[in-house]
Amino acid sequence: MTRTTQWLYGWLLLLPAAVLLAAFTHYPAVATLWHSFRSTPRGARPAVWVGVDNYAQLGADPIFWQALSNNLWYALGTIPASIALSLLMAIWVNGRIAGRGFLRLAYFTPTVLPMIAVANIWLFFYTPEYGLLEKLLAPFGIAAHNWLGSKSTALPCLMVVTVWKEAGFFMIFYLAALQSLSSRLAEAAAIEGASRWYFFRRITFPLLMPTTLFVLVNAVINAFRMVDHIVVMTRGGPDNATALLLYYIYEIGFRFWDTGYAAALTMVLLAILGGAALAQFWFVERKVHYQ
Amino acid sequence: MSAGAARGFAHTLESAGAWLLGLLWLLPLVFAFWTAFHPGEYSTHFVLDAPLTLDNFARAWAAAPFARYFVNTLMLVTMVLAVQLVLVTLAGYAFARFEFPGRGVLFALVLVQLMVMPDVLIVENYRTMAALGLKDTIVAIGLPYMASAFGIFLLRQTFKTVPRELDEAARIEGCSPLGVLWRVYVPLARPVYLAYALVSVSFHWNNFLWPLIITNSVEARPLTVGLQVFSSTDQGIDWSIINAATLLSTAPLLVAFLLFQRQFVQSFMRAGIR
Repeated sequence: MTRTTQWLYGWLLLLPAAVLLAAFTHYPAVATLWHSFRSTPRGARPAVWVGVDNYAQLGADPIFWQALSNNLWYALGTIPASIALSLLMAIWVNGRIAGRGFLRLAYFTPTVLPMIAVANIWLFFYTPEYGLLEKLLAPFGIAAHNWLGSKSTALPCLMVVTVWKEAGFFMIFYLAALQSLSSRLAEAAAIEGASRWYFFRRITFPLLMPTTLFVLVNAVINAFRMVDHIVVMTRGGPDNATALLLYYIYEIGFRFWDTGYAAALTMVLLAILGGAALAQFWFVERKVHYQ
Repeated sequence: MSAGAARGFAHTLESAGAWLLGLLWLLPLVFAFWTAFHPGEYSTHFVLDAPLTLDNFARAWAAAPFARYFVNTLMLVTMVLAVQLVLVTLAGYAFARFEFPGRGVLFALVLVQLMVMPDVLIVENYRTMAALGLKDTIVAIGLPYMASAFGIFLLRQTFKTVPRELDEAARIEGCSPLGVLWRVYVPLARPVYLAYALVSVSFHWNNFLWPLIITNSVEARPLTVGLQVFSSTDQGIDWSIINAATLLSTAPLLVAFLLFQRQFVQSFMRAGIR
């Protein structure tokens, strides 16, 4: 095969995927930037260049800042908890625990279900008066409380749902990594008299670093990408206490049809995701050795 | 207490913790099953002799066009998966086995989609779909996801592990590049295809926000959106029916998962490691 045929084959094989990727990933990303500098067309008035007006609006919009800070708290509240739990689950179902097949199933099941369905179930769980949570807490003398309806508890309640949904998913990756670790290491450590905790801290955890990084990146993306449960459970309320960035974009873009402003908001989200990507590459270069 | 007894005690404690967490994890689902299979007045009244009923399912099924939603979701996941398999195979093959200018840059551009998923580009993609006249169609739900960076990456990695000798032997036998792909690479990647298919189907079965935005009618709505429309319009707070509808719409996936548990778990593992 000559060099030019190689070229031609490469390009032609790539073409269909490249067209769709360009149309629905690269073009919209660039178009978002373009539209973020233009006004929203209203009726007979077409969109015009407005410079950084949309970004100025964003800086002065308290709801935007609240959604951003909600999202950061949400990330901070869900990511470490789900990673720690998933590691614990993986170590348990990888060990010699009775009924580990069943446990693996129990931990993993929330992952297969749609977030929207799961959110419906949890919504009922949290419902004041009728909900299961109230019934469970009543014997302990804890007063009835509108869990999703009060500003202080609504976001933590959503975090619980997220951790519940994601931990089993991340467990799978840890389980795969644990199964690829040599059992000789554990045997050698046992002979040397190392405690399990010491072994975990000095051997297992460092060896799992690439997996932790992979899981971490996924968790970060999910924290900014997944808002299905917000649509079902709180719609960003009460008083924007559970508005996450993407949910706010959805509201601005499709409830108020303010596409110019929505584009500026999307740019913020893209910047966060891009930052996560760069941090990942930087980290991989310096700390983690793949293969 | 001897060291052995202490370890035994620690083991028991750990088992107890693992089981407690497992039960806690299943609790919401068990609860959903309870309310769905019992009359409304027993929904938070847990007694062993509560009568079982399928009435909630019947009422949910009658109250909304779930049959249509099922068909829509089935069409969506098959269409997306079919197109994905073709595109991803061709692109993965190009990246794994062909030398061409711009390969590195193009691969980096593909990987961009791992971070900037169509899920966050909803406003612009909506504009595009409107311009293409595809609003409120099943095709529009699937289109942004069809060229999957994750799939391209997965197959590139898999195809790279195929020994070059096999490739060359087939060429000498007179196979064209596409013939080699079909006869050598695709059969060897079968487990990866299965893994990818399971991940893809469960992702699109469960996807919600984009379908919610782009669809507007019963004819195009997938199950997830149908379920949301059903449970948010005036059902009152008849949780038994809503939970029945919820279980109904996840049942095929849940049953498939329980039947092919091992394959599911292994597929997700395989898809994640690379």
